[in-house]
Amino acid sequence: MMTFLRLLAALGTGSLFGFGLALSGMVDAGRVRGFLDVAGAWDPSLAFVLAGAVGVALPGFRLARRFGRPLLEVCYDLPGQRRIDWRLVTGAVLFGVGWGLAGFCPGPAVAALSFVGTPALLFVAAMLAGMVLHDRLVAPRLAGRSAAGGQAGSLPGAAR
Amino acid sequence: MTAYLTALAGGLLIGLSATLLLVLNGRIAGISGIVAGALRRPGLLWLGNVCFAAGLFLGPPLYRLAFGAWPALRLEASPWLLVVAGLLVGFGTRLGAGCTSGHGVCGLARLSPRSMVAVGTFLGTAVLTVFLQHLLG
Repeated sequence: MMTFLRLLAALGTGSLFGFGLALSGMVDAGRVRGFLDVAGAWDPSLAFVLAGAVGVALPGFRLARRFGRPLLEVCYDLPGQRRIDWRLVTGAVLFGVGWGLAGFCPGPAVAALSFVGTPALLFVAAMLAGMVLHDRLVAPRLAGRSAAGGQAGSLPGAAR
Repeated sequence: MTAYLTALAGGLLIGLSATLLLVLNGRIAGISGIVAGALRRPGLLWLGNVCFAAGLFLGPPLYRLAFGAWPALRLEASPWLLVVAGLLVGFGTRLGAGCTSGHGVCGLARLSPRSMVAVGTFLGTAVLTVFLQHLLG
């Protein structure tokens, strides 16, 4: 029963997230690129998406911390990584370039699959390939190397 | 004006969704992590990721039910550019352990220093990329 509720919660929150992306204009790749075009015809409206989302999540997450545990799960699954290392920065650099080139980040791209078809499918297929390339080929090697250097366990994702 | 209000309203819903996912299931609403999790070996955690991703997919149809039209979407990139961008986004978000949602929304809400660095970095390179694209025409 708990499992069913958890899956229902995942589907429900996912739908709310997807609806929010559609309403906010974040799925509009052209508008996202307008938001990023600071030196040109800048459209600052999408800054309000992040402001609104963080404005709710900041007090929301504080509230969640007050409960000792989530309502449908045994414990919270939070990122344990603290270090700011080259992986974080290099990953963010590459992601930023890809985001700027197309105007899609992962959430809006998955949402766009439902109504734009082929172009979104091309992007998402390539995105999944990039994820698999990292998780299956690159991350295990990096983990091996940093384990030799005495930094085992500093890769989230890789150890699973 | 409307563009600002819908952006804000959509943002509020996104923040609400992230809060509910944490309060109910104890998970961070990081889309790149969830999508990558949906690619792993089938199991309960996997099914949860698939359900969330399916919900994302249902977002625009729900929008259409509510407003009678699909959300606006302009896509200027050529197919080749879409593939290159997709590869960079997929690889980069895994290496950097997050995207606009995980680092952007959830990380900033948790006041995580790692996420602040990530958001500053990817916003910076995204702005620079659009600038260079326009410069090179």
